[in-house]
Formats: sequence, structure tokens, C-alpha cells
Amino acid sequence: MTALKLVKAGDWLVFLLAAGFVAWLFATLWHGGRGERVVIRGGGKIVAEASLLTDQTIPVHGPLGTSIIAIHDRRVRVASDPSPRQYCVKQGWLSRSGEAAICLPNQVSVEILGATKAYDSLNY
Amino acid sequence: MTPSTISLEATPEDHQIAKMAALAIGLSLAEAAIPSPLPGIKPGLANIMTLLVLQRYGLNAAIWVSLLRVVAGSLILGTFLSPSFALSFGGALASLAALSLARHLPGAWFGPVSLSILASFAHIGGQLAIVYLWLIPHAGVAYLVPVFGAAALLFGTVNGVAVARLSAGGAPWGAWQSIQ
Repeated sequence: MTALKLVKAGDWLVFLLAAGFVAWLFATLWHGGRGERVVIRGGGKIVAEASLLTDQTIPVHGPLGTSIIAIHDRRVRVASDPSPRQYCVKQGWLSRSGEAAICLPNQVSVEILGATKAYDSLNY
Repeated sequence: MTPSTISLEATPEDHQIAKMAALAIGLSLAEAAIPSPLPGIKPGLANIMTLLVLQRYGLNAAIWVSLLRVVAGSLILGTFLSPSFALSFGGALASLAALSLARHLPGAWFGPVSLSILASFAHIGGQLAIVYLWLIPHAGVAYLVPVFGAAALLFGTVNGVAVARLSAGGAPWGAWQSIQ
């Protein structure tokens, strides 16, 4: 007797529905979560709020000089920044909601907003 | 001082449940030794016992075996009342709830495989709810949901086939028949 014979018709149905459900989970949760809007702050104040759909370059003035924020192809990055260590520039392109790049010395930050505001830190 | 004797009356059903629970505890201990790529992804072998007990002795016995397994298993592993205990307990309650509904499915069409898949999705669903609502209220949990779902599908199916095979009997499975 093979194990396959023990699987009944309804079992196949449940299996296929469950497999479809898992596929749907992958489709929505892994490819969803793309950000729609980006918030750019300078010196603690919101300087600009832009859509990720429009490609543009936004200069933000901070204490050290001007940071350039670039939006391209539904992604955003800090294209250039006068901060000494360049952390926010090296972070590269951001596309998912909740992602952020912060140029601390120049007091500039870029954050992507999603449909729901995610927590900005883990809370345990 | 007079020595006092407390005697507990144990019915044959109690013995049966204790025996089944002991097997389930054994399975969950064995499984704790299996390395897992992601915490929380486990085969859930003890659910095989829950399903077999549900099939043979009904829902009440299955609830007893499942909850005894969670409590005693956590005492042995040293996780009693820890977050991982809360997760096992919540998962067990969710899968028992699913089983209490799913057992009414017509038996001619839906076998142990259906029950096992449904229970394992309920199990991981309950656990993820606890993780999200209590332990890690972070949207990032959502990225793990598909992985857990895929694991639930895989292990739910495998365990279900194991249950079907065990309850169908046959030479290699005589051990299960002999302990009943």
C-alpha cells in the first residue's frame, strides 16, 4: 500500500487551496510593501514630501552644505551629501516602506512611507 | 504526625491519555534537537499524536494530549512560562480550535491530511498573531509570514500522510497498534 492511496480527494483540494494561499502570501507580502511617498526632513522639519512615482532631484540645505536627494524609478537615495562618513549615501537606493537614510551631521533624513506607518524600532 | 495518603483515582482513559501524551512529549523533545534555519520552523511531529488521538479517542482526549504535551514538554526543555512556551501554547490552542471545526468535514472526502494541513496553518497563524501582537510588533514580521506558510504546508502535509499511514496499519507500523 502506498502512502498516496491514503490521500483522499478532499485532501488534494485542501492541499491545493493551501498551496494557493501560500503563493498568494508570497505574492502580496514579498512584492507588496513598496513605498508610495517619501518624506525628506532637514533640521528636524519636513522639507519636502514627494511621490516616488515622479523622478526628480531635491536639494536640501543643512548646516554643512547641501544634500541632494534623488528619486528615480520608484526608488529614492541620497545622491550626495557633505557629511564626512557618507553613511546615508552608501546606503544606496531605498524602495520599501519604512526604509530610511539619515545623514546625521547635515541633519537631513529621507524616509519612505507605506500604506501603514511601521514602527521605527523594535519594541520588546 | 500522622502520615497522610492521598490517592488519586486514575481511570483507564487517564492512563490512555497519559500514554499518548508521553509519546507526544517524546516527539517534541526529539524535534527540539533538530536544527532549524529559522526559529519557529519545526516539523511539529507531536501533532501526529494529536491527530491520531483525535481520530481514535475524540476531541476531548486530543485537547488533553496536546495541552499536556505543551506543558510537560516545556517543563522538560526549561521553557515553561517563557515566550516560547506562550507560542507553543497559543499554537496548540489555535490548532485545536481548527481541528474542533475540521473534524466535522465529511470523512469520505477529507482524511487526516486535510486535518493536518488545516491544523498546521491554524498553529502557525496563532503563533504569528502572538508574535506580532505581543513579542515583535513590527511590520517586518510580515516578510516571514510566507516562509512560515510554506513550512506549514510542507510539514502539515507530511504529518498528515504519516497519520493516514499510521492509522491504516500495516506491518512496519505495528508499534503504534501495539501501544494502544
